[in-house]
Amino acid sequence: MIKLTNVTKTYQMGEMMVHALRGVDLTINEGEFVAIMGPSGSGKSTLMNVIGCLDIPSGGSYTLDGLDVSQMSDDAQAKVRNQRIGFVFQQFNLLPRTTAEKQVALPLMYGGYGRTDRLTRAQEALASVGLGDRTHHKPDELSGGQQQRVAIARALATNPSIILADEPTGALDTQSGEEILNIFKALHGQGMTIVMITHDPEVAEHAQRTIWIRDGVIV
Amino acid sequence: MNLLESFLTAIDSLMANKMRSILTMLGVIIGVAAVIALLAIGNGVTASVTDEIQSIGSNLLTITTDMDNSDGLPALSLEDVDALADPLRAPALAQVAANVSGQQEVVYAGDSTAYTVNGITANYLAINNLADFSAGDGLTENDVATNGRVAILGSTVVAELFGGEYPVGKSVKINGVSYEVVGVLAEQGQTIGASPDETVYIPISTAQSRLFPTRTRSGAKAVNSISAEVVSEALTDDAITQVTDVLREEHRITYAGEDDFSILSQTDLLATFDAVSATLTAFLGSIAGISLLVGGIGIMNIMLVSVTERTREIGIRKAVGALRRDILIQFLLESLLLSLLGGALGIGLGVAIALLTGPALDIDPVVETATVLLATGFAAGVGLVFGIYPAWRAAGLRPIEALRYE
Ligand SMILES: Nc1ncnc2c1ncn2[C@@H]1O[C@H](COP(=O)(O)OP(=O)(O)O)[C@@H](O)[C@H]1O
Ligand SMILES: [Mg+2]
Repeated sequence: MIKLTNVTKTYQMGEMMVHALRGVDLTINEGEFVAIMGPSGSGKSTLMNVIGCLDIPSGGSYTLDGLDVSQMSDDAQAKVRNQRIGFVFQQFNLLPRTTAEKQVALPLMYGGYGRTDRLTRAQEALASVGLGDRTHHKPDELSGGQQQRVAIARALATNPSIILADEPTGALDTQSGEEILNIFKALHGQGMTIVMITHDPEVAEHAQRTIWIRDGVIV
Repeated sequence: MNLLESFLTAIDSLMANKMRSILTMLGVIIGVAAVIALLAIGNGVTASVTDEIQSIGSNLLTITTDMDNSDGLPALSLEDVDALADPLRAPALAQVAANVSGQQEVVYAGDSTAYTVNGITANYLAINNLADFSAGDGLTENDVATNGRVAILGSTVVAELFGGEYPVGKSVKINGVSYEVVGVLAEQGQTIGASPDETVYIPISTAQSRLFPTRTRSGAKAVNSISAEVVSEALTDDAITQVTDVLREEHRITYAGEDDFSILSQTDLLATFDAVSATLTAFLGSIAGISLLVGGIGIMNIMLVSVTERTREIGIRKAVGALRRDILIQFLLESLLLSLLGGALGIGLGVAIALLTGPALDIDPVVETATVLLATGFAAGVGLVFGIYPAWRAAGLRPIEALRYE
């Protein structure tokens, strides 16, 4: 369960303070498929980064599965990201010049899985997103949709309970986007928690619940 | 993550980015190879010249006319040689030889070539460590006493004039006069000054009367230089004093007058050469230093150009669970591998260049461990610093900051 209480995030931009989150209260239960919507610059990505332990909040508290994440050390947070959370970004964020198999095996390596175990699991994860025959392809040998599916396979590799996706279909054509959403729905069907940022109402329709954010607060 | 995993990850990363890896290594290779090759050649030159100077004989004095103080006339003659050879007057000298030389056309079987013709006393070749004959023999006292028309040829002279023919017993013509070849010098190889290989030796008396009739101010037949062998190296200073006293007396130089001759000892020659060789080494060293700097800047550029990409990579790795430590170790190992491999290849290339150019320059290159360590250490240091720099910076960033780095 994700539980944020009065979470704030302030960026310092030279002299100026940018208040990206101004006191967010939010609870997302296990197994939910939630869409986060809001205008550009409203704080959606900032919120997702806090939930994913990619960034620390400036104030408030955040507990994940009962653990007070905001008080954790860097290394402990890295462990949380590795074991409990899978990320899918708009720009894929794959390692350049690295095969799909190795991309997907990456979190498994940092998770301490053995070599052979890693490759088996990576292949399974790639097969589960329909890329069983693309394991040795590098990002520049794959289409955008395929790259995003590699990213999803990587997010799934350590079998996390939560998938966080920041505009996962934003850089894709409609059909590829459709495929990605179908994968998310299937994962949701298997009981995974999915938090997906989008500004496209049609995409948001696939979720169970839509959370609206504006100027750093939930509306 | 254990060290083996980090190591394998580092190798994976280097292999996945071959171009970057090769360019980085190239900086190390060029820097290290240039330093090693240049300094090996510099040291080789120094060693070979020092050897040559010492092979002339370590306790030899060479006396020549000091033209500035002799009104431009030669000051030395065979009378001086006799005076110096007197053990009562110059007891520190063991043997004294003299020579007079110049360029002359030497003719054999219609072929004419210009060589140095050196008129010498009978003991000249022995004192100068040249008395090593591949055929025939040296000059006798009798040859000198009787103005003998005999000649000893250097090995190049024989090769050029006689081809495969056996020269001893044949005659060569110098300035219209025939000389019987009585001996051939063994090949001397590289030397300082005129090469004995390209010289024709004849008795000094014959040379003075037929080829080089120059006189001293007092009217005696002149010699170019006098070689005096000191009894032992320890007596070199005594010998110099005795030579000075005897020659000043012979030349009737007043108390206030300047010497009209100069004395060069082996020690002087070595000291002069040491100064030259220090300049050479400093020159090559600075070229080498520049190469190292260029190599270092190359490494730095590649590393800095890839900072953005590498910072994002670190962001990705951290997002999926890498610890700060994992990142630092991976980057450290990557830099270490590149530096060591580049260093090893650089040493190999540097030594190869030194060994290949050595024979062309007629020297034995000397590779010094200190140079190898210094060059490799520097290049590896630059590689390490600039390889770890992005990691050290980015590993401390929040993952999102690293992911968004521009
Ligand atoms: N690293 C940062 N430094 C300064 N301001 C930032 C930074 N990241 C985001 N912001 C600001 O915070 C606000 C929210 O940004 P973001 O969460 O990316 O919005 P969204 O994803 O909804 O478009 C924006 O005004 C943005 O300019
Ligand atoms: Mg955003």
